[in-house]
Amino acid sequence: MALLQIAEPGESAAPHQHRLAVGIDLGTTNSLVATVRNSIPVVIDDAEGRSLLPSIVRYLADGTVEVGYEAQKHQSLDPRNTVVSVKRFMGRSRADVLHVENMPYDFVDRPDAAPGMLQIRTAAGVKSPVEVSAEILKDLRSRAEEALGGELVGAVVTVPAYFDDAQRQATKDAAKLAGINVLRLLNEPTAAAIAYGLDHSAEGTYAVYDLGGGTFDISVLRLSKGVFEVLSTGGDSALGGDDFDHRLFCWIIERAKLLPLSQQDSRSLMVKARDVKELLSVDPEVRANAVLTTGEVVDVPTTSRDFAHMTQPLVDKTLVACRKALQDAGIKPTDVDGVVMVGGATRMPHVRKAVGTFFGQTPLTNIDPDKVVALGAAMQANLLAGNRAAGDDWLLLDVIPLSLGLETMGGLVERIIPRNSTIPVARAQEFTTFRDGQTAMAIHVVQGERELVADCRSLARFELRGIPPMAAGAARIRVTFTVDADGLLSVAAREMGSGVEAAITVKPTYGLSDDEIARMLQESFGSADEDMRARALREQQVEAQRLLEATVAALAADGDLLSLDERNAIERLVADSSAHLQGTDIAAIRAATEALVAGTDDFAARRMDRSIRAALAGRTIEELAK
Amino acid sequence: MSHPDHFALFALPPRFAIDETALESAYKAVQSKVHPDRFAAGTAAERRVAMQWAARANEGYRTLKSPLPRAAYLCERAGVAIGAESNTAMPGPFLVQQMEWREALEDARRSADAKHLAGLANGMAAERSRVIAEIGDAIDRRSDYAAAAKLVRQLMFIEKFGDELRAADEALSHPREASA
Repeated sequence: MALLQIAEPGESAAPHQHRLAVGIDLGTTNSLVATVRNSIPVVIDDAEGRSLLPSIVRYLADGTVEVGYEAQKHQSLDPRNTVVSVKRFMGRSRADVLHVENMPYDFVDRPDAAPGMLQIRTAAGVKSPVEVSAEILKDLRSRAEEALGGELVGAVVTVPAYFDDAQRQATKDAAKLAGINVLRLLNEPTAAAIAYGLDHSAEGTYAVYDLGGGTFDISVLRLSKGVFEVLSTGGDSALGGDDFDHRLFCWIIERAKLLPLSQQDSRSLMVKARDVKELLSVDPEVRANAVLTTGEVVDVPTTSRDFAHMTQPLVDKTLVACRKALQDAGIKPTDVDGVVMVGGATRMPHVRKAVGTFFGQTPLTNIDPDKVVALGAAMQANLLAGNRAAGDDWLLLDVIPLSLGLETMGGLVERIIPRNSTIPVARAQEFTTFRDGQTAMAIHVVQGERELVADCRSLARFELRGIPPMAAGAARIRVTFTVDADGLLSVAAREMGSGVEAAITVKPTYGLSDDEIARMLQESFGSADEDMRARALREQQVEAQRLLEATVAALAADGDLLSLDERNAIERLVADSSAHLQGTDIAAIRAATEALVAGTDDFAARRMDRSIRAALAGRTIEELAK
Repeated sequence: MSHPDHFALFALPPRFAIDETALESAYKAVQSKVHPDRFAAGTAAERRVAMQWAARANEGYRTLKSPLPRAAYLCERAGVAIGAESNTAMPGPFLVQQMEWREALEDARRSADAKHLAGLANGMAAERSRVIAEIGDAIDRRSDYAAAAKLVRQLMFIEKFGDELRAADEALSHPREASA
């Protein structure tokens, strides 16, 4: 029999055991995975010693999937089936994506099955951006599990701070689909600040300027005594190094008078443009040369001055976001103690120069801008997995990037939670009916800063039904917005008189339901192998046993929180669970365990509440005990 | 069990005059005990309750940090509603001043006069400080919440005017973006 372990709520049952956790930077151009080894964050390299995994996925007709360098090799030969920069498509419809006309993909817009997100028809079938991203994540997961020699407890996956709810949800689903337990979605600039701040024991106000392949973020943080407090964040989730490449690409075409181009030539010239951009960071002049499939020779001399000039509007756009973020934080550029540069695109000298001029100081670049996000995410993962060493304690207070609200009469937005609110956050507002006898109310949840619903992003619609007929204005409908620590929103509506309720977790639809994700996962792991089955049974039994013991211990310690009826109900569930535990029917054990979890959820919440009050009572006055 | 009010949560006396440093450190101390990151390995119920407490701490901190929501909270806590929507009566001199400010703002905007805007901002800041001091007097010394609620409604006007001033200043110093 297993040893009896009584754990306080929230505490790991086995604190001495190092739990394998990683940080994953799922980037537009490259992705990385990092972990904390002997208290030092390190990037996990692949078998060939490479840190970066190009975020490129190629689908072959035989069902094979190539990820990373392998896919990159073939991108110009097979552009239709080789997806690059998939991050730009996460949680986006075709209409949302810029330069879609230049892309070689066969897009599928299926407003019926997947209204929220575009899909791509490949040789291996129609794929959603969530599935494509999951392939990248799977690769990183197996890289990490091989290197660390065990199964991961979970991962912190980073997202651009300026990602909206749909983009965050899509990222979390991709991780789920890759079989990764997401400990937390973490904003990229915040991750960079952690890596930077903990490494340098920094204190003061910092700005993190994060220009990635496809996204731009600016975050302003205050670091003091182990607390990372994000004061404001801003950016553009569709502006990045890719856009600099695109400007250069268009410029080369214009100079060489090339048009129209085949898809293959188009892709090779895009790749060429990127190479030229990277070379221009070192050399003042580079020749953009290529031989097209038509035999035509391209040779365009390009100077860093040309490049700086043609991309100045992009740099200016980032500086506008910087100024707004400082304004939201209530500070001036001179109040900033340090500017941290993140993202490969910050290697461009004219970007560094512009940022330096704006903030009046030389930006900090001493941690590799490609790695700093993954390193910070690894530190957070290590902390969340419970591998905290004494003294190595810090807390992160992040914000939501965009305001959340509801549609009201006349297509106007009623803001419920303003941007830059610290998360988690819950806020409620009351509304009423406007017609006599109205029994239903439509609730339209939107995100954005504009006054008109039409100018904001629509996140979800749902209906509150069963409102008792009353005179107009008599019903009191309380709508509560809750944003959790991952920055994900849920909305609940309740008519206060009758108690009728409706709730929704805001989730983009893209043709994959939670059930389908679960089924796909089962298919990939649950091969009907005998060994696997025996292992699954043992795991289920151990889990059930652990839960039973914890429940019995909880009843002994905090049974006074329950009424007699409640206690009896839980004891019945315990007896039922014990009875099934002896059997070999996995499904029955699982069902009994799930019933026990559901039946004790409220009790667990009350115990947690008591434990938090006790923890706070150490320093607060007796009002807490009321 | 009822939830502690914002002041009790941070173990601070329920007064308008507040020690901002004490508030900030109390907020961080509470968050370090209740934040969901502390319970990442916990059950769904535990994480949910932690999230509720952390959200409460964030709401409390936001409310107490700035004078306007803090004053409004103290009035409502004492059973006096602010009623900004239903109660729009303002003292005559205050209304006259508001009208003068708005006209001056329009003039400054039209003539793109940065100096004039800065002068307005100074006048507004002085008036804001005066009203905040009066609120402190009404709540902390006289416990006159009805008078405080009246002043809170005035402060709402002043803060709103401040937002407009900042927007006008922004449009003046960065005209290209304002039109974009």
